[in-house]
Amino acid sequence: MFARVIVFFLTLTSAGVSWAGPEIQHWTTDNKARVFFVPAPELPMVDISVVFDAGAARDGEQPGKAKMTAAMIDEGTKAMSADEIATSFASVGAKFGASSERDMAVFSLRTLTQKQAYEQALETYSKLLSGPAFPKDAFARIQQTMLTGLQAENQSPQAIATRAFYENLYDQHPYGVMPAGNSDSVQQLSPADLQAFYDRYYVSSNAVVVIVGAVDRKQAENIAHRVTSGLATGQPAEKLPEVPLLKQSQHISKSFPSTQTTILMGEVGISRDDPDYFPLYVGNHILGGSGLVSQLSDELREKRGLTYGVYSYFRPMQQKGPYQFALQTRNEKAEEALSVLQDTLKTFIENGPTEEELTAAKQNITGGFALRVDSNSKIADYLAMIGFYDLPLDYLDNFNDKVNAVTVADIKQAFERRVNADTMLTVLVGGETTETE
Amino acid sequence: MLKLKNLAWLALLLPGIVQAQVSEFELDNGLKLIVKEDHRAPVVVSQVWYKVGSSYEYNGITGISHVLEHMMFKGTENLKPNEFSQIIARNGGEQNAFTGRDYTAYFQKLHKDRLEISFKLESDRMRNLVIEPAELMKERDVVAEERRMRTEDDPQALMREHFNATAFMSSPYDHPIIGWMSDIQHYEAEDLRDWYQMWYAPNNATVVVAGDVEPKAVLELAKQYFGPLKPETIAELKPRVEVPQLGIREIKVKAPAELPYLMMGWKVPGAKTVAEENSWEPYALEVLAGILDGGNSARFARELVREQQVATSVGAGNSLFSRLQDLFLVAGTPANGKTIEDLEQAVRDQIERLKQTPVTAEELDRVKTQVVAENVYEKDSVFYQAMQIGMLETIGLDWMVGEQYVDNIKAVTAEQVQAVAKKYFTDDSLTIAELVPLPLDGSPVTNAGDAHVR
Repeated sequence: MFARVIVFFLTLTSAGVSWAGPEIQHWTTDNKARVFFVPAPELPMVDISVVFDAGAARDGEQPGKAKMTAAMIDEGTKAMSADEIATSFASVGAKFGASSERDMAVFSLRTLTQKQAYEQALETYSKLLSGPAFPKDAFARIQQTMLTGLQAENQSPQAIATRAFYENLYDQHPYGVMPAGNSDSVQQLSPADLQAFYDRYYVSSNAVVVIVGAVDRKQAENIAHRVTSGLATGQPAEKLPEVPLLKQSQHISKSFPSTQTTILMGEVGISRDDPDYFPLYVGNHILGGSGLVSQLSDELREKRGLTYGVYSYFRPMQQKGPYQFALQTRNEKAEEALSVLQDTLKTFIENGPTEEELTAAKQNITGGFALRVDSNSKIADYLAMIGFYDLPLDYLDNFNDKVNAVTVADIKQAFERRVNADTMLTVLVGGETTETE
Repeated sequence: MLKLKNLAWLALLLPGIVQAQVSEFELDNGLKLIVKEDHRAPVVVSQVWYKVGSSYEYNGITGISHVLEHMMFKGTENLKPNEFSQIIARNGGEQNAFTGRDYTAYFQKLHKDRLEISFKLESDRMRNLVIEPAELMKERDVVAEERRMRTEDDPQALMREHFNATAFMSSPYDHPIIGWMSDIQHYEAEDLRDWYQMWYAPNNATVVVAGDVEPKAVLELAKQYFGPLKPETIAELKPRVEVPQLGIREIKVKAPAELPYLMMGWKVPGAKTVAEENSWEPYALEVLAGILDGGNSARFARELVREQQVATSVGAGNSLFSRLQDLFLVAGTPANGKTIEDLEQAVRDQIERLKQTPVTAEELDRVKTQVVAENVYEKDSVFYQAMQIGMLETIGLDWMVGEQYVDNIKAVTAEQVQAVAKKYFTDDSLTIAELVPLPLDGSPVTNAGDAHVR
């Protein structure tokens, strides 16, 4: 039986699978918003996102500002209260979402395309984006919610470790700011701060509009116009400063009353337009990016039972995002797990992957291409990424070819040049080794 | 702003929706196969559902269904440990498995051409699993780590475990899906082999395939791979009916934490457990949950979070699809400056209002509209569609119950919502748990955490 499985799989690979991505339509509105559209007529619904370059990297001296601005968008306009906004969406079954991380502030709308629902949802959505009022009462409440969120962080070893990781990896660079801010800073924010932030960054020349759903080009143009016409044209956000690399290794240990120790290890990684992106991406897929079949999972979980899950990933951003390794293990095994993690990484940098590993990784990544774009919401996420990071429109079409072009030597060289096991930042958060069996 | 006075416009929607085709088959050996066509993308989701989960377990081996799920990746008579995952990976697939109280399920997502790989591998491990003691010992450690991560070090999850163990006495919903730590650390290979032998057979499984496939071709493939498997005598489950609750149950759970947390649960019937003459009740409870917590305009967000500012977050959830009697849950975190008592009182006031006053026509319309819309949105996920079918079949309901969901919700009246509020939200069937935060800095435990004594 097993032999037949292998034969079958080889046949399929040689037959090849076509992997054209969805056809992306792109244009720029009169007021300089960049629009990315994929028609998807099958379901009577549409997903719309407006993405601003207005994440926490723009917080400056006021951590939490970008996130709070985003959280306030549906808390009131000059004409509508938070209750009215919520009712307007809910009464037609539409869903509104707002989120803000380091690079992006994302505002999404999902609605039926039935005319009445669509008109009402789109109208309210456009008004929110173009005219938030930052009312005082709502401001005070959201401020408390953010402070409570910061408290909740303190009861999560993972959250504590993540904060320590970013703050130490990026130090004074804007990426060192946690989107959630800190309690001092959040307490000092004012509605005027948010208004000023909004005025600067929530402008059409700083916006990407994504549309996926059962609308035609004309309707999509109308959507793009409506959601951006209330915005000032403004200026794109300034270029972020380059990220300095770590010069020496750093080890941070925090005590926490947990049964496990959370281990985060990493360094400054790559930006979205990094020339080494593909060798590093495919290499990391083998090392720690492919779940249960990665080298790290094999060493730490399969062979030693040290953890439920271990992974590593590059998080490419506008400037260099982190390259991060993460796992949790029982406190008394923290040292052992960390040393296996380090050894596996060092071996990988030294030797690179085998040809077999590379072939398997390519088959996994390219063979799974159809799964990446099998729903409207996944396509919308890709459009946001392509638009925001200025990737070529044929990014998805060429993705498999670029993966297939990567060689063992490419990976080895890229890891040798870019990944330095001797200058990693390591964060451990956990308890004493006192667990009773 | 447009005002929608009634639901008439919703009817206009329905012809526009692609009505997915569902085909149902049963093989001679009792294996059930359900195929849902969705031709939007060249992908297929393949799921194998077994009628076994933590509610099939008894004390001493709690969590065994879950650890068996882990062992299903550890080799068969034909495959080495982890080889299953490697083959799926090399075929561009995504895969995993999940264990619930009432089911254990395995899935692969693949390019549509590769469904055969899934059937070949799944049919193999349905009957030919090999449980090596050495592999099991490692996996016990892995599951113990999983439990530490998910439960021991998460104060709210820890509280939830104690809450369930309090709400249920004779029902197997009393213990956690992942199992108690002591049980996890003492499974033997023989325990696992017995459990596998008892439940893993074609006549205890439902295979659900959704995606860009032709049902007849899927059936042929299923016959080829699952057809030759021998059925098993599946033991009749004991009913293990929960004893009637005879009064309110209140507990405190102390754990290192920053924030207090409140959970309240009332025993309610679900679609599977409800008496036939009351079959509308679980749907009225669904609507009731939507009135309280159907998004940002619902009563909890509007009144408890925004108006009274008594909660930072608070949610409500009904248990429509459970094999056994289950709970209607409310849980939340008090706002800064408010106590657990304040939040509990605010929730109780909300429940009282549901009993006293029928919900407004506007609210009822809103909930129904959301359900209709959500039903469209869900179709964007092939995986979700397969999941719904498999879950319903496995708890012993027909998959058609899922298709009738929207109609059942639309039929609910304001009077019915009021009636279920009166009937089920009584203190005698209520369990309340409070998370009492202990200091996180490792300082000695004082009575400071008792500040919330009621």
